[in-house]
Parts: sequence; structure tokens; C-alpha cells
Amino acid sequence: MAHASGQANKQCWEDADTVQDAASTVAVTGMDDRAPSAGVQRLRLIARNVFPFAVVGAIWEIVAWAGIFPQRLFPTLEQVALSFVQLTMSGILLHHTVETVLRLTSGFALAAVVGVAIGVLMGRSRLAEDIFLPLVSICAPIPGLAYAPLFLLWFGLGNVSAVLLVAFVSAFPIIFNSWTGVKAVKEIWVRSAQSMGADDRRMFTHVILPGALPYILTGLRLGLAQAWRILVAVEMLAAVPWGLGWLIFGAREFLNTDAMLAGIAVIALIGLALEKFVFQKIEDYTVVRWGMVAA
Amino acid sequence: MSANSQNARSYIRAAITIGAAALVYEVAARSGYFAAALMPTIPTIARTLYAGILDGSLIEHAAFTLYRVMFGFGLAVAVGVPLGILMARFAAVENFFLPLVSALMPIPSFALVPLFMLWFGIGNLTTILIVFYAATFPMLFNTWSGVRSVNPLWLRAAGAMGADERKLFWKVIIPGASPFIITGMRQAFLRAWIGVVGAEMIAASDWGLGWVIFDSKEFLQTDVMIASLVVIGAIGFVFERAVFGSIERATILRWGMVRAAKG
Repeated sequence: MAHASGQANKQCWEDADTVQDAASTVAVTGMDDRAPSAGVQRLRLIARNVFPFAVVGAIWEIVAWAGIFPQRLFPTLEQVALSFVQLTMSGILLHHTVETVLRLTSGFALAAVVGVAIGVLMGRSRLAEDIFLPLVSICAPIPGLAYAPLFLLWFGLGNVSAVLLVAFVSAFPIIFNSWTGVKAVKEIWVRSAQSMGADDRRMFTHVILPGALPYILTGLRLGLAQAWRILVAVEMLAAVPWGLGWLIFGAREFLNTDAMLAGIAVIALIGLALEKFVFQKIEDYTVVRWGMVAA
Repeated sequence: MSANSQNARSYIRAAITIGAAALVYEVAARSGYFAAALMPTIPTIARTLYAGILDGSLIEHAAFTLYRVMFGFGLAVAVGVPLGILMARFAAVENFFLPLVSALMPIPSFALVPLFMLWFGIGNLTTILIVFYAATFPMLFNTWSGVRSVNPLWLRAAGAMGADERKLFWKVIIPGASPFIITGMRQAFLRAWIGVVGAEMIAASDWGLGWVIFDSKEFLQTDVMIASLVVIGAIGFVFERAVFGSIERATILRWGMVRAAKG
């Protein structure tokens, strides 16, 4: 069991690393050109990143204008932009977004508190490990969304089910990583702290927790990503009155493909913002700064 | 204490825990405090599972789901691996695709389900495309970083020994990137497996485990639901452990690219 989750964890690290790698490469490409001035270099970088979108956008426009597909199903970019602006101006899009983000944060906060607590407990106590590990290992491999109908039956349609399901699903990577993190704290740190007379509480706050933090943060990051992926689908199934998932699902009924695409664009933006501004920042301020992982 | 007896002890402990959890569930289910339709007893679930397997309906659902997963996953590998290699080897390809991929990656695959339903209708095509979308990115990213992280020393050594481009590619780059590629496959399969269940629920066709779970909600068949959950969990478990574990053993462990994790 320990062997398998150790491997899973290694993959998690690699996953996080590759994502980070990708992001930093986006920022770095073009920097190594010996352009004359910083301004020109900047422009060139922007141009390089914009170019592919321009190409894809142009192809989209041509296909949309050519009328190969019905307009209702394949709107032009202007139509999408127009409905984006209209939905934003009327505040509808904002309302949907706020509800979705609220649901995401409450579900994820629940998962973070419970998940880290269970994970750390499992890492520290043999009894807790014996109790939780079999249960977690049985429940974790089932895709989170498969639980959705069960939660809907047990907790009814609406917010309670949605938040609980998001929390339940995102708790697993958090539990696994916190557990591995506590287990991976170097024995020599523990022993040297002990020989220097650290009591249990100091040991925990000064050695175990900082030592496990890179893993815990990875777990939180994966948990948030998981929560985000699942939330959109949950909103479609759980019949919540507001939310981006519901917006795009509801738009299908009325063939509002433009509203649907506007919703998808907002979803993409939130996903990007979560990755760029939440977890990379946290990681920079904590583990990278403490020298636990290479920047 | 030998490792073996420790293993045996941890199995016994796991069995005790699971037994206790099952007992708690059974007592709760029989107490009559919850509606029997919502919380079937374990024997009921077992009977449903057994009957479903015997009359072949669960197997047929599982076969449909597996077909969609394998098709989508195969497409993802067929697109992700070559594109990842091209991105790592040619700066122009990387410059073009990386911004697009970075923009598309944060969109959860389920967000595209309604759109794909409009475009491609309900059924196999939509489900397969969602699986493909979900699985491509991990495949692509891992291949890309795998090829980029091939030790430059190996490349130069092979070059110095007179390897041409083709040999360099097949004998150095591919084996060197293989740990990443296999990790990518694992992640991609996991994503595909999650994606297929969700896509089957939303883009309801008429077969598939995701559809069964969702459909049994309508008729309050909680036992069918939980039985299908068991099948889904079992298939995912088998793939993760047996299929990918043995691929790993047959390739990268044997080639000495990674050490087997201990303990």
C-alpha cells in the first residue's frame, strides 16, 4: 500500500512539476533572443504568444462565416464576444461566476481542513493509519463524479450535495499527500530535534509540519484542480439555480451556443487564475523560499 | 520482524477496518432510520451485483464504457506523444502549440460536454471526444518534458559514436523519455476514466456504467448504483495496478531507467 501511494505521489510531483515547467517556459521563451531593447523583446514575446490564437481565431471565423455548420451551433467570434459583453453588463455572468467560486472555495476549504487533519494523523499514528488507509484506498480510485447520483439521493438536489461532493472528491489527493509528506520527513531531522530536547508540540510545529509542507501543498494543489474539474459537472447534474456549469448546460436547451462559449471562456480564465495566482504564489512564498524544492 | 509477517499483519488490520466499516453500514441500513431504498443492505447490493454479472447486463455496460475509454485514450496517445515529441524537438512547433495548450488545459473536460452534445449529438462520438480531450493534455505534457529532460550527455555520447538522427531518436530519445511517457499514460488513463463516467452521465446514451449509475437514480435503485460503483472501482484498480504496473516492469524498470520504489 505504502509502495503504491509513494509512486502515486511521485507522479503527483511530476504532474505539478510539468505544469510549472510549462508555465515558466511560456514566460521564458523568447527571452533568450538577443533583442536590442527590453521593450522590443517584450513585444516580440507578446506577438509570439498571440500568433497561435490569431491563427485559430481566423480559422474559426472562416468556418463560421462559410456557413458549413448552422449559425446557431457555430457562432462567429463577434457573436460570442457580444453575448459575453451582454451577459457581463447585465450582471448575469458575474452572478454565475460568484456562485461557482463560492461553491468551489467552500468545498475545497472543507476538504483542506479535513484532508490535512486526516492525512497528518495517519502519518503520525499507527492506529489512525490502520483505520483510514483501507477506507481511503477503496474510495479513492472510483472517479469522483460516479458518486454524484448517490450524493444527490442522500443529500438532495442543490448546494449541499454539490459542496459535499466537491469536498469529498478533492479530499483524497490531500489526504494521500499529507500522509506521505509526514512519513517522508527525514528521520535524521526528527532525531536531531529530539536530541536537542524538542517536546512533542515543538517537534510537530517546527519539524514535522515544515518538513511535510511541500507534499501538503502539492496535495492541496491537486485537490483544488480536482475540485475545479468536478465542480462544473456537478453543477450540471445537481440542478443548482446559479453557477457556470449550469449556465452552459442550460444554454444547450435553448441552442445558445454563444452564451455557452462565453461561459466556457470564463471557466478557462478561472482555471488559469487558480493555477497562476493561487498555487504558484503559495509555493513561491513557502517551500521555494525555505529551500525545500528548487525554484 | 520480517517484511512478510508485517505485510500479513497490515492486511489483517485492513480487513478488520473494512469489516468494521461494513458492520456500521449494515447496522445503519437495517436500523430503519434511513429509507431502505436509499440505503440498501450489503447482501442486497451483493445480490444485485451478482445478478447483473450473471445476466450479462453489467458486463455489457462495462464493455461499452471500456470501448469508449480505450478509443479516446488511444486517440490521445496517438496525438499526444508525437505532438509532444515535435514540441520538444522543434522550437517553432513549441512556440505555436504551447500557448494554445496552456489556454485549453485549464478548461475541465466536462465543461465541453454540452457543446459537444450540440455539435456531435448524444452517444459514442461525444463521449469518445471528451475522453480524448481529457487524456491528451497529460500525455502531451509528459512526453514534452520527457524528451526535453533526456540527458544531453547521452545525446552527445551517441552522436560521438556516430549515431544518425533516426538511431538517435529510437535508441536514445525514446528510451530516455519513456519514464515520463509512461507516467503520462497513467495520468491520461486516470483522466480518461474520470472523463468517461461524467460524459456518460451527462451525454446520456443508452449504455455504459456512468449512464447506469445516473439512470438508476431516477428509479431509486440505489443497489444498482452501488453495484456499478463497485465495478467502476474494480476496473480502475485493475488498470492502474495490473496493466500499467506490468507495462512499467516490462519497459522502464527493465531498462534501468527508474529504480523500483521500496517499502
